[in-house]
Amino acid sequence: MDISVPGRIGIALPPLDVPEQPLPDAGKLREELSLPEVSQGEVIRYFTNLSQLNFSVDTNYYPLGSCTMKYNPKINNELASLPGFTEIHPLQDIETTQGALELMYDLQNLLANIVGMEHAGLSTVAGAHGELTGMLMIRAYHDSKKDYRRSIVLVPDSAHGTNPASAAMAGYTVMSIPSDKNGNMDIEILKSHCTEETAGIMLTLPNTLGLFDPNIVEICNYVHECGGLVYGDGANMNALLGRAHMSTIGFDVLHLNLHKTFSTPHGGGGPGAGPVLCNDRLASFLPTPIIAKNNDLYSLETPSASIGKIGGFHGNFGILVRAYAYIRSMGKQGMLDISENAVINANYILARLKDDYYLPYDRNCMHEVIFSAKPQRSKGVRALDIAKRLIDYGIHPPTMYFPLIVEEALMIEPTESESKDTLDYFISVMQEIAQEVESNPQILKDAPHNTPNTRLDEAKAARQPNLRW
Amino acid sequence: MAISNSSPYIPNTSDEKIAMLKTIGVNAADELFKDIPAGFGNDLSSLPSGLSEIELYREMQILSERNMNQSQLASFLGGGAYRHFIPSVVRHVTGIGELATAYTPYQPEVSQGTLQITYEFQSLVSQLMEMDVSNAGMYDGATSTAEAALMACRIKGRNSICVLDTVSPTQLEVIRTYTEPQGLTVYTTDHKDPRIGQDTACLIIQHPNFYGYLEQMEDLKAITQQNDVLMIVSTDPIFLGMFKSPGTLGADIAVAEGQPLGISLSYGGPYVGLFTCKTEFLRQMPGRIVGKTVDTTGKEGYVLTLQTREQHIRREKATSNICTSEALICTAIVAYLACIGKNGLKHIAESTYHKAHYTASLISEIPGYSLPTNELFFREFVVECPVNPKTIKATLLNKGILAGIDVSDRFNNGLMISVTEMNTKEEIERLAKELSKIKP
Repeated sequence: MDISVPGRIGIALPPLDVPEQPLPDAGKLREELSLPEVSQGEVIRYFTNLSQLNFSVDTNYYPLGSCTMKYNPKINNELASLPGFTEIHPLQDIETTQGALELMYDLQNLLANIVGMEHAGLSTVAGAHGELTGMLMIRAYHDSKKDYRRSIVLVPDSAHGTNPASAAMAGYTVMSIPSDKNGNMDIEILKSHCTEETAGIMLTLPNTLGLFDPNIVEICNYVHECGGLVYGDGANMNALLGRAHMSTIGFDVLHLNLHKTFSTPHGGGGPGAGPVLCNDRLASFLPTPIIAKNNDLYSLETPSASIGKIGGFHGNFGILVRAYAYIRSMGKQGMLDISENAVINANYILARLKDDYYLPYDRNCMHEVIFSAKPQRSKGVRALDIAKRLIDYGIHPPTMYFPLIVEEALMIEPTESESKDTLDYFISVMQEIAQEVESNPQILKDAPHNTPNTRLDEAKAARQPNLRW
Repeated sequence: MAISNSSPYIPNTSDEKIAMLKTIGVNAADELFKDIPAGFGNDLSSLPSGLSEIELYREMQILSERNMNQSQLASFLGGGAYRHFIPSVVRHVTGIGELATAYTPYQPEVSQGTLQITYEFQSLVSQLMEMDVSNAGMYDGATSTAEAALMACRIKGRNSICVLDTVSPTQLEVIRTYTEPQGLTVYTTDHKDPRIGQDTACLIIQHPNFYGYLEQMEDLKAITQQNDVLMIVSTDPIFLGMFKSPGTLGADIAVAEGQPLGISLSYGGPYVGLFTCKTEFLRQMPGRIVGKTVDTTGKEGYVLTLQTREQHIRREKATSNICTSEALICTAIVAYLACIGKNGLKHIAESTYHKAHYTASLISEIPGYSLPTNELFFREFVVECPVNPKTIKATLLNKGILAGIDVSDRFNNGLMISVTEMNTKEEIERLAKELSKIKP
């Protein structure tokens, strides 16, 4: 921190109120402690000024595919800041934390009900953490059957990168399954890969093309028939809130991203929460703790065949409080309204932009739409340039180059919390950019123009790492 | 009159929706969900109706008050999460919308705020640990230790992990959950006489250890060198305000739970794991890393870097599946360290030390209580009690005191007590007085 001046302090601390105790010999003690010395006003100005260099949901439209950048209600932060929630220690006796446990118990049930699963555990703190946990539960299930041959996990080629990485961390070999020309999983190839070595499959529903695979029940059946289990990546659950019973469809275990579907702030990259939900078959393998209720006493319990502890304590409680508040404020009808508006908004963008950008899968989408900038590419402009040009218009870039199977992909997820007016503005900007591709492609390649930095040299950053002062 | 919307979080009116459906070319929204096969729909009938903000606040306030919070009790609970002072500035900074509601900074031109704060975080954590490099943060302390074990196995190409028997049982369990499914073996060894077995990649040390005592780090360093294994140190950031750092003590990888640095207890999370290592191991590190670079005009700026280690590029070959850095918690830590500063952290560490030792000296004078060891401790220590610690905990809870953690599995009637700068002299003396009333 280059504003540090020796002698300044940011906070006054009280003098010691107990008698000084003998110190250990100097050999144990630290000689040098290099930390900033700044006054409090400077600290506040430092962070406030830095914050203004960011785009955020509070300031900008964020059509970031697969990330569900919806509005984060302020009341939920305030509720999570109540001293009865922030000032409780994870190891307090449960008699002193009944309110927290009741909230978590209710949240387990609410989440299970909303997506149609039977059980929930809340101790996983991120989507990828939930994925790892789900795959460990699948491993524990096969081990409990003494079925040790199952070493392969099937992952569609459209999957999020975390899926294969999580399967590998759970000790599995990953086999990729291609998509067909309609964006669905290629059933024939899937069938040929379902064997006695298949531990399971990891699926995202709707898939990362924003499409609900109409063969999903059949796919789950094939995997089950060969003895494998089905994992669901809940990243796209905003499309299905209250509309699909995931366990009946055939999912054995899935995770939810509370920082996507359930509106908790992204924080610039966490903290989020990734609760794991499962059916009866896998309930006894959930990580510890889960919350139980007996005779009106809520308690922390370990399932009988639990995979064990997956993190330090009981999960990201502060995030759970926010998600609980969100669900309670939206209620039953609210869940259906979320998915309905999210899907209408995405299809509206699809309908309005399909003449300006290439639509690789020309069918209605769910909560997000994937365009390809392939035609623009032939004019020397890449998806990246289009995305960076959006910044000049105050819009955060969409997700780019994902899923990997779509060339020059632009993945747009409007979410339900954006108005038609905002979508119309976005559409008009995208149309204008399509014109600029013809008339002035250089303006796209030089974009963004009004940000604190122009495009940054990422190759230099990786070649000559400068990671600290 | 138009019908009002039911939720303040969804702006489109029914008229707007009708117009949009017309543009889409369908008659009703249900047509957009036709791919969901019949018979697989969900029934939300048992879900409660939505609440207004007034109703929600009322309900949740009641729920929150059903917890006894730390300011209503005299708390001597530690065991991995600690009640230290949190300056008001920290809460203010994490409440800034432009920081709290931003996404992961994949688009550096519109994320310089988050990126620069993360660079600052990496710098401060590296300084505190006196290690070469830090990543942008892990889920929490326990998962940091587990990821450090996986990283050591990758670096050494070996399959066993040796853990001192004084490492926290929670950390040990998380290490097992993370590593055993990959075919790795975890075993524990006596912290006074560690034996490193075959095919071992690392020795994991908690310093100060779970029971609060400092380990013999010089001896342990020598043992890791003799056996050619990596030295992984799990430490405590407030402890580092006063005592020698893992870097100085020779750690190859140093990790810690970041919570004590201005993060509220919040029933166990969200916290953040600190993760640092020597430069030579940088490319095996898990997690996000921010680097300084320049833009096309030569102006300095920050980006996410070394991403070829990560899941979105390397998929199943990534160093980890982690996809978060608990960024807002890291922001809080930067705000905490900026505000507390060089002298403040030393003052807090020393106050903690003096108060913990004062508490220990008072309790050791009570007949029937004794300190089981004269090893050096920082803020936590064990007392051997005249009766079962469960009885003590229950009795003291009735007096509004959280007495500590039952460690009778390792110490005879052992109670582990944690003291920080937040415990007043009055609380400490009240604890001693109440303990003295308990007779065998």
